[in-house]
Parts: sequence; structure tokens; C-alpha cells
Amino acid sequence: MLQNSIARLGNTGLYVVNDLGRMGLYLLQAVRGCFRRPFRFAEFLRQLHFIGVGSLVVIFFTAASTGMVLGLQGYYSLHKFGAEGMLGSAVSLTLIMELGPVLTALMVAGRAGSAMCAELGIMRISEQIDALDCMAVDPFRYLISPKFLAALISVPLLTALFDVVGIAGGYLAGVKLMGVNPGSYYEGMRTSVTNHDIWIGVVKSFVFGLLVVWICTGRGYFVHQIRGAGFGAQSVSRVTTQAVVLSSISVLIFDYLLTAVLL
Amino acid sequence: MNDIAIEFKNVEKSFIREDGQKQVILDKVNFTIPAGKTTVIAGGSGQGKSVTLKLVLGLMEADGGQIFVGGRESTRSRGRELEELRTRFGVLFQGSALFDSLTVFENVALPLRERTKKTEKEIRDQVLSTLEQLELLGHEEKFPAQLSGGMKKRAGLARALQLKPEIMLFDEPTTGLDPVMTQEIYHLFARTQKQIGYTSIIVSHDIPKVFNLADQVIVLYDGGMDIFTSPEAIQWSQKPHIKEFVKTTMGEIYQSHLVEQ
Repeated sequence: MLQNSIARLGNTGLYVVNDLGRMGLYLLQAVRGCFRRPFRFAEFLRQLHFIGVGSLVVIFFTAASTGMVLGLQGYYSLHKFGAEGMLGSAVSLTLIMELGPVLTALMVAGRAGSAMCAELGIMRISEQIDALDCMAVDPFRYLISPKFLAALISVPLLTALFDVVGIAGGYLAGVKLMGVNPGSYYEGMRTSVTNHDIWIGVVKSFVFGLLVVWICTGRGYFVHQIRGAGFGAQSVSRVTTQAVVLSSISVLIFDYLLTAVLL
Repeated sequence: MNDIAIEFKNVEKSFIREDGQKQVILDKVNFTIPAGKTTVIAGGSGQGKSVTLKLVLGLMEADGGQIFVGGRESTRSRGRELEELRTRFGVLFQGSALFDSLTVFENVALPLRERTKKTEKEIRDQVLSTLEQLELLGHEEKFPAQLSGGMKKRAGLARALQLKPEIMLFDEPTTGLDPVMTQEIYHLFARTQKQIGYTSIIVSHDIPKVFNLADQVIVLYDGGMDIFTSPEAIQWSQKPHIKEFVKTTMGEIYQSHLVEQ
């Protein structure tokens, strides 16, 4: 009984180490695929459109809602101390350094990450990826790397859009609805947000974009090797859920780590 | 030209099951596949037929032993060397493995676009000519989901033949096809093999029909294997597991003592 438990624990440990190694090598091959020729520019543009343009609406509404809630909540808290003038500073710093990169990455994981994982998973179980291998076509260059590049470019841009729309939403709620002075909202933002703060947001959005595309495409690519995922359509659905959960948790953990290191 | 297309020397492969137990699939297996001929690999489910194909293609690594393709060891090949080795193969997968998001034309043109420097016009001419041979002309703008099972197989075969492979691997090529279509696919194999002269390896459950194509039959069982130089030799084998295999796949062979009883 005890021996079995220890064996299971050891087996799980080996699986986790093996999985981490596999994912590490996968990342290296995906990066290498970005530099292999011929580069699939049309596929890269298609992915850029899918991840970037396709996420515009969801990012817009999430950002507007988040900014407006921040405006109202911020006004409610700051009003208690007579510090409504700091609303612009509070809203913009929160959005640029934390909520913008985090929520954008979570939205992209839910919308585009899940789709990329399912697409690759289906290609794997229907032997389409094996077919590429057999034709001596590098699946990383052909399938994965365009997705990586598209995500690394579009997630920071979507984050920038999130920040702008969020700040506008905060302005709408704080200034137009609650009556905060527009000059103090703008001035608070201008004086408190430094280039360093913006840089932190950019680094975070880049890292989160990488995490989302790495985990989501990696889980789909290895759908047949993931323990307990089952087989066929069931394995794709389970692994897609797992990919979104895993990438979301990774984004939250890395958010803390990056904040601790970069602040 | 080398007379031996593929050689397995003491090849071992096993898997660790979910319950932690080791399952031996190939136990020091030795065989050769003659060039330009057709070899059928048969055996029950889970006996290692598809694993053998994946080992040949380098999609799976052997635990031990050596595999030679055209005299060159493939077992240790990596990176570009492995890619170069794979250009010698054409593969027709069980489910055809056509790319869902590409049309028939784009599927068949893919290896030419990715692996050759041919112009778009040359590619178009070659693809349309192959599609005509395989009676798929007029369907080139359809997506795989719009094709019947037999058409998918033919499109998969058209794609696999584009780079003029030295060795064609067929993984359960007639699964899910009706008897007429099965016969048609076998005729296609024979015809294209005559035209291109490739070595053919067919993994199949379709016994005894597939034996019509075979120059050699390999039967895999319990980690081991037997080679028969003709389909007839299998039927007359006195080995108990082969007799059982023949009985299961082809039915009882007539023997006079059964009548006497």
C-alpha cells in the first residue's frame, strides 16, 4: 500500500519533469522555427488577424468595463479622504502596470489560446502533424512559429489598446458621471505615470503573450502525450480546458514575480 | 541500387502503461524489406504494426537495435539528416491525414511548395496531372470534409506520390472502405507502384485480400515476428500462433479429418 503510494508519487514526479523538459524543448524549437526559411508570411498575417483583430471587440468591452468600474470604485475610496484628484493617477497606474497586461492575456488565452490548442490537438490526433513530419516539413516553422510571432506582437498592442480604453472608461465614470475635475484627472495621470511604469507594462504583456501562446499551442501539440487526457475528441477538449487554466494561472503567478522583480 | 530497402536489426520497443507495467511491443526483431517489392505487415491489434511504421519513419524512437534505410542507419538520425531521410518516404495514413483547412489541390501541392523550388505553373501542371491519374480532376477545389472515404484515400495517395518516393508506407489503407472501393484502391497501388517503382509496405487488417499484392508477408505477434515469402506459405505454416491467426482472419482451412469426424 505504502509502496504503491510512493511508486505513484515517483511516477508523477518523473512525468512532471519529463513534461517540463518536453515543453522547454518545444519552446526552443518554436523560437528556432521563427528563423527558418522560407518564412510563412501569409500564415503569420492570418494569425495576426486571428489573435489581434479578432480579439479587438472582447478587449474593448473588457477594458471599458474595467476602466469604468475602477473609476467608480476609485472615486468611492478616494472621496472618503477628499483625494478625488488622485483618481487619474490611480486608474492609469493600475491599468498600465497590472490590469491591462493581465486581463488582456487572460482574454487572449480564453479566446485565441483555446482555439489554437484545439486546432493543433485535432491536427495531432488526425495525424496531420505526423504527415508534415513525414513530408520533411518542419511543423514548428509551418504551424507553430507564425502563431508565436503573431502572439508576441499582438498581445502588447492589445494591452496598449486595453490601457487607452480603460483610462477613457475611468474618465467617463469618474469625470463625466461622478464629477471629478477633468484637469486633475489628466494631471494626476501625467505626473504619476513614468516611462518606467509603462516599460513594466510592456515587459509584462510580452511575457504573458509568450506564456499564453507557449502553453496553449504546446498542450495542443502534445495532446497525445498528456497523461490522463484520454483519447480522441475527449483528449482535445480536456487538454484545451487544461491549457486555458494553466496559462491563466501562469500569467497570475508571473504577474506577481515580475512585479516583485521590476518594481 | 541496393536490394534491401529497409533492415531491422534487433529492434526493441516497449511502452509503460498507465498502471506502470511494461508492455513489450517488439522484442529484438530482425527482418529485411526488399527494394521495389511489396511487403505486407499483418498481426492482431496492439501487436506493433503501426509502431513498426513509426519506427521506420523516425516518428518514434526504438529502445534498442538498429534500423537501416537504403543502407544508412536511421535510428541515430536527427535534425536535417532525418528530414533528408524522410524525403525518401511517402506515407498514406489510416485517416488520410489531409489538412482540413486546405483544398484538395493545396493539399497535394503542399510537398511541392515546401520541398521543391518548382514554379507555381509547374506545380499546378504536376498536381493536376496526378489528380487526373487518380480520377480526382474536378474535385481539386473541394475541402477534405466534402470528399468520400475513397476520394480522401486517393487524395492522400496523390499527395504522398508528389515527391516520387522510393518507399511508400500504407497504414491500414482500406479501413472504412466498401469492398468495391477497397479493390479499386489496391489496383491504384499496383498501378502507381509499376509507374514509379517504389518499395511498398502495407500495414493491413484486410486479410486475405491484401495478400494479392504481397511479395512478402511479416506477421507480428507477442513481441516477435515471422516472415513468409509468399501468402501461401502462411496458410501452410504449422506454427500454432500462425495457424490461429489464419483461422481468425481467413476462417477454417478445409482438412479431411474434420469431414471424417
